[in-house]
Amino acid sequence: MIQTDIIIIGAGPVGLFTVFEAGLLKLKCHLIDALPIPGGQCAEIYPKKPIYDIPGYPSIQAADLIKKLMEQIKPFNPGFTLGETAYSLEKDQEEQFIVTTSEGTSHRAPVIAIAGGLGVFTPRKPPIENLNEFEKKYIHYIVKEPEIFANKNIVISGGGDSALDWALYFAENFASSVHLIHRSENFRAHNDSVQKAMNFAKLGKIKIILNSEVQEIKEKKGALSLNVISKNKKTQSIACDNWLPLFGLSPKIGPIGNWGLEIEKNAIKVDNATDYSTNIEGIYAIGDVNTYNGKLKLILCGFHEAAIMVQSAFKKIYPNKNNVLKYTTVTGIKGF
Amino acid sequence: MDISITVTNRDNKTKKIIAPTDMNLNLMEILKVYEYPIEGTCGGMALCASCHIFINSKHDLPAISLSEKAILDDNWDTQPNSRLACQIPISKKIDLINIRLAPEI
Ligand SMILES: Cc1cc2nc3c(=O)[nH]c(=O)nc-3n(C[C@H](O)[C@H](O)[C@H](O)COP(=O)(O)OP(=O)(O)OC[C@H]3O[C@@H](n4cnc5c(N)ncnc54)[C@H](O)[C@@H]3O)c2cc1C
Ligand code: FES
Repeated sequence: MIQTDIIIIGAGPVGLFTVFEAGLLKLKCHLIDALPIPGGQCAEIYPKKPIYDIPGYPSIQAADLIKKLMEQIKPFNPGFTLGETAYSLEKDQEEQFIVTTSEGTSHRAPVIAIAGGLGVFTPRKPPIENLNEFEKKYIHYIVKEPEIFANKNIVISGGGDSALDWALYFAENFASSVHLIHRSENFRAHNDSVQKAMNFAKLGKIKIILNSEVQEIKEKKGALSLNVISKNKKTQSIACDNWLPLFGLSPKIGPIGNWGLEIEKNAIKVDNATDYSTNIEGIYAIGDVNTYNGKLKLILCGFHEAAIMVQSAFKKIYPNKNNVLKYTTVTGIKGF
Repeated sequence: MDISITVTNRDNKTKKIIAPTDMNLNLMEILKVYEYPIEGTCGGMALCASCHIFINSKHDLPAISLSEKAILDDNWDTQPNSRLACQIPISKKIDLINIRLAPEI
């Protein structure tokens, strides 16, 4: 069981900055995110796009903002449970919350901050009937531990950045054979990666199959056999150890929707006049995941909500202590 | 000036909605205003496909950009009349357009 002061659900920009604000009050945090990397929407949807409304930065790439936030919270040594979805919520006899993930990791704390954004990033699965029969053994929608694909025959489907980046990574680092199957002939990935993939294809390091898609799957001699059909109806079958359909992830509110929180239009209702608390005492909701009159889904607003929220969390955890606001300029950053 | 748009929802219900042409809106945004179940996750940058629609009328629409084409190409619900609603500005040109929401992604 992981014990901490604040369990933060969601490691997007708002969840990350909460670690900093909590750290100033000497509160420890542990973050849980379904994605294998921190950054939320900034990492998954638009890492290479510039953001123009972060105070103090006339322009900053979304991925760089996440890098800087990670650097800023480092002194406070937060814990991370990544690649796991916060699934169930309980309260124990000592009035502490226990949050357990889909993988069974348990976390315990007196306070929960939900910074779940638009929801759990959930893979978009291709419409193949018997997909779930093979999911456990052969299919991965997210790459959590690249090492497990070392020296495997892998097939990647998709035309976006993650499909190309992983195809390149495996071909460069270890896989014995990489096929990349894409439904059309233009990729929506970054130009540099597309160029590199084409060069790799020329060198025979990646086999690229364009204008095609996987139509059927079955098991054959201890491998997954993919039946691939092209736009002009030619079929071929490819045997592999693993298939990675990387068609992107789209956010869904997920298990948090069943925790007894007051939900309005896919967002959690909070008390914005005071501290962004939800209808369950000890649970707060900040960032894109919450809603109140006049809510703006902006990073800047989430940062503000985090600062206010941790003050209230401090009072909940230490009812007899008074906290006095101190400027970081005066006190500096004292990590732990 | 206001224009009229015929929208068929995922539950097959069809309704006419009215949209202003002078507010710099796109079709995704107007569908959200009318509380259609369209997320618009990427805010209209042709990055997410959550605003995928089918066009059921003949209108002079802006050309499909490379990024829109790439997103549609990567989506298995795509039909020849598919578009991303966020890439279609509300203007006089699309008055009386008839659209249907694509299945949820
Ligand atoms: C294309 C685009 C451009 C944008 N441009 C700007 C801009 O210019 N300026 C601006 O201020 N904002 C912009 N935004 C909005 C901004 O990205 C969001 O406001 C911000 O990401 C919200 O941060 P968050 O931490 O609240 O949530 P998110 O970034 O959505 O992160 C939430 C995280 O929580 C995780 N999660 C949710 N539920 C669970 C669960 N049950 N278990 C485990 N993990 C869970 C998700 O996987 C996700 O990683 C833009 C958004 C997009 C898509
Ligand atoms: S809103 Fe994301 S593609 Fe249109």
